[in-house]
Amino acid sequence: MIAQALENPWIRQLVNAAMLLAVINLGVLVLIYLERKVAGYIQSRLGPVHVGPRGWLQSVADAVKLVLKEDIIPAPADRFMFVLAPFFVFVPVLAVFLVLPFSSGWVAYDFSLAALYVIAAGTVAIMGIVMAGWGTNNKYSLLGGLRSAAQLISYEVPVVLAILAVVFFAQSMSLVEIAEAQRGFRWFIFQPPLLVAAFVYMIGQLAETNRTPFDLPEAESELVSGFHTEYSGIRFAMFFLAEFANTFFASALAVVLFFGGWDGLPGLTGALWLVLKSYVLVFVLMWIRWTLPRVRVDQLLGFAWKVLVPIGLIVVLWAAASVVYAGGVAR
Amino acid sequence: MSLEPRTDPNPPTAGPETPAKGPAIDAQALHQEILDLGTQGMVMNMGPQHPSTHGVLRLILTLDGEEVMACEPMIGYLHRGLEKMAERRPYRHFLPFTDRLDYVCSLANNLACAQAIERLAGVEVPERAQWLRVALMELNRIASHLLFLGTFGTDLGATTMLLYAFREREEALALLEAITGARLTYNWIRVGGLPDDMPETWDEGVLAFCDLLESRLPEYDRLLTDNPIFRRRTEGVGVVSSEDAKAYGLTGPTLRASGVAYDIRRWAPYEKYAEIDFDVVVLRDGDTFARYLARRLELEQSVRILRQVFDKLPEGPIASKVGKVLKPPPGIAFSQVESPRGELSFTMVSDGSPNPVRVHIRAPSFANLTVLADLVVGNKVADVVAILGSIDIVLGEVDR
Repeated sequence: MIAQALENPWIRQLVNAAMLLAVINLGVLVLIYLERKVAGYIQSRLGPVHVGPRGWLQSVADAVKLVLKEDIIPAPADRFMFVLAPFFVFVPVLAVFLVLPFSSGWVAYDFSLAALYVIAAGTVAIMGIVMAGWGTNNKYSLLGGLRSAAQLISYEVPVVLAILAVVFFAQSMSLVEIAEAQRGFRWFIFQPPLLVAAFVYMIGQLAETNRTPFDLPEAESELVSGFHTEYSGIRFAMFFLAEFANTFFASALAVVLFFGGWDGLPGLTGALWLVLKSYVLVFVLMWIRWTLPRVRVDQLLGFAWKVLVPIGLIVVLWAAASVVYAGGVAR
Repeated sequence: MSLEPRTDPNPPTAGPETPAKGPAIDAQALHQEILDLGTQGMVMNMGPQHPSTHGVLRLILTLDGEEVMACEPMIGYLHRGLEKMAERRPYRHFLPFTDRLDYVCSLANNLACAQAIERLAGVEVPERAQWLRVALMELNRIASHLLFLGTFGTDLGATTMLLYAFREREEALALLEAITGARLTYNWIRVGGLPDDMPETWDEGVLAFCDLLESRLPEYDRLLTDNPIFRRRTEGVGVVSSEDAKAYGLTGPTLRASGVAYDIRRWAPYEKYAEIDFDVVVLRDGDTFARYLARRLELEQSVRILRQVFDKLPEGPIASKVGKVLKPPPGIAFSQVESPRGELSFTMVSDGSPNPVRVHIRAPSFANLTVLADLVVGNKVADVVAILGSIDIVLGEVDR
């Protein structure tokens, strides 16, 4: 009966999506716990210890708290925008997970333009953040929204350039095929142009995920959390969830693009390798976050347009040249 | 270190007019056009409840995008009328109130107040008490500067620095607690000396803390001082020239970062500072980074002073006899203390009665804060936080 139902492509897609949603939410809970523990150890303190053994139920307790909290909509807020904004941030993050291959065949939906889709769908979230900043009708939030619009659009460019270089090497835009091309430890990170591209990509994603040193839209000490200052309860939780899901996705995508996807030593399933490698990258992001101060808005944009974009353009040319002349094609 | 004010040998002059190339854009007409549109700056209230205004300071900022066009600091949210309160009670009863001035370094306030009363009443302080007062001052200065390092890091987004600085501050507070019994409002300096001697082996604890702090300082440098992002956020931001610094009446590290070697401990030595060998940290740049670095380097000097204190600490009484009712002869007394924030001074007037007639407190934070409004104009919102943090104000002292 179940097998029969799964024959139906519609039902299959629905099951896939539901499973994905569960995986993302659970993954985010783990990630929040990890972030706190890592931050704790970096800052020479313990992090959560009280709820559950070693505090690992802390994220669950927080999630419950946020759901039970009163939902406040400030009186001067633009209700329509205020209510809609969290969805505009949250849904694109879920949507990009659709094409993320966890292992060969372990992908909710694979198609030949997946790399382009990831960029396009991910960009929609910017609109949600600007909506939140504007709709709240709070001046700090407005500044946060404007900052994130400038920041996310600027850093989108180097990220796209870095992904483009990978596409040259893999000769495909399908994430599955990009990962397949790196089978047997022919990871793209070992190709000199793509090593540079990986750096450009990671710095760009650091900014895309609003993490220190690029956490200007939600700068605690300047903008009092920026665009989500006025959000509380479940609406705040959606921003929070989206941010962490985005962090994980950025790392997982980096693994697929540069670190061989699910390629690893035999003994573990491919999906586990992918998740493991992603968590290592997430750890690096956390490490950076809890070490560096925040840059200023003009330095942020200057760095994107004067440093990252030129490097990205050079990398694209370099990758193209090595593909055409040096036979750098992986397949 | 030189005291000479910096002068620009080549003041900027209008260059020769260059012929316009391409389609001429009349900048002035364009500017007028923008003005005609009726655009205004966005007025934003920063504070009195804001994570980075270090208390209840309120800044009314007029913004053009991220740029600050005008800044108007509003103070008084913590005004308690301490000077007036001092006039309504006997001299010594005011000492606990002084804890609430600069609550990050309350011992300096205790000392400044006690010194003014001692000078007014002609009370001598025993040698040992004077040395211990120096030790308390410097330990409290370390605690205060560590708080500055931590909060300044947080202001710039480096939250880890806060925890690192508080880790060491905790040790300093534990030592202060061991001698005074309190962690913030110590109330431990009395007219004529100290209420009690230090506990046994307290000196060993302090010296061990000095070693610990010195071993941790390179860690701070790796985290902040040598961090390129930190440098770019602070260098060249909010520059105060030495003339401006003097004109505004800045004192403390904020003044010394602008190249003026003015330190009460050296200028008008009190207690035993004249017998101690230490350097006055003077930097020339006058920017936010210099103000940060001045405090960071003063930590080393405080450690140096603490070590000398316990080398030279004599045995003897800890307080001189002072009558139960203190009735100083009519007159006026003035005391100056180098608090971590600058020159803290008390002026007290006596008419021979048990209560002072007039008390004036010169709070360093209040004078230092005056420079803020002019410094932030033309900078970004993020710089407001950085500059304010680097001035290191305590609102309890600003509002009194």
